[in-house]
Amino acid sequence: MEHLTQTIQTVPLNAYITLSTVIFAIGVIGVLVRRNAIVIFMSVELMLNAVNLLLTAFSVYLGDASGQVFVFFIMALAAAEVAIGLAIIVMIYRNTNSIDINVLSRLKW
Amino acid sequence: MVISAKNPVHSILYLILTFFTFTIHYILLNAQFLAIVNFIVYMGAILVLFLYTLMLMNLNKESEQPKSNLVKIAAVIGGGCFLVTIVAALKTFGHSAPVLLKETNLGLVKNLGKTLFNEYLLPFEVSSVLLLSAMVGAVLLASKDSKPTA
Repeated sequence: MEHLTQTIQTVPLNAYITLSTVIFAIGVIGVLVRRNAIVIFMSVELMLNAVNLLLTAFSVYLGDASGQVFVFFIMALAAAEVAIGLAIIVMIYRNTNSIDINVLSRLKW
Repeated sequence: MVISAKNPVHSILYLILTFFTFTIHYILLNAQFLAIVNFIVYMGAILVLFLYTLMLMNLNKESEQPKSNLVKIAAVIGGGCFLVTIVAALKTFGHSAPVLLKETNLGLVKNLGKTLFNEYLLPFEVSSVLLLSAMVGAVLLASKDSKPTA
């Protein structure tokens, strides 16, 4: 366990930034590629989590607790967003019997 | 995996796996409070909500017809450009210092709570209002059809 802790201490900050960027890019591609509204929502969650991880890494890097408080707020916001979004998706599904986002191009205005 | 799985349920399961690795990352960064919150809120609440919504809709049979290849290629190129830009910008920084734990008890509940309730008291209260309004909104949206006269 001590050895593991020593090894983790040597992980450079760039590795965290790269990991977060890769995950964020996967989220972006997911939003652009898929048509299922729920999968698009999950991609948004993925992007939020990438940013969370980066904030935490910076917070630990700088020895400042504010970053982790921000991550906490982002998590609360994500929970609210998911509740509202899923409610909207359920409503769309009831109205159109599909969660394909191309159906929504018929929206008025 | 999350975005390439054909079946949305598999996609959600992969997402749970990804979030679990995030939790492990938080633990390794000694952010124990965030690890626990991530575990409970994301893996416990949000993903179960996703899963239930998906199973409620019961649309496993009808597979979504894929977008045209042109759109797919354009999307991958767009995301890849983003990735390449950030990584290339990172390269200019050169070698970066390792992430050292300066204060080992930074991510513990006690320390975070002090910061949260001293400097960020107002945002904390505002976020509670946000959660309340989100709850009311979700109930309102989801139960609109069941009670048309209400």
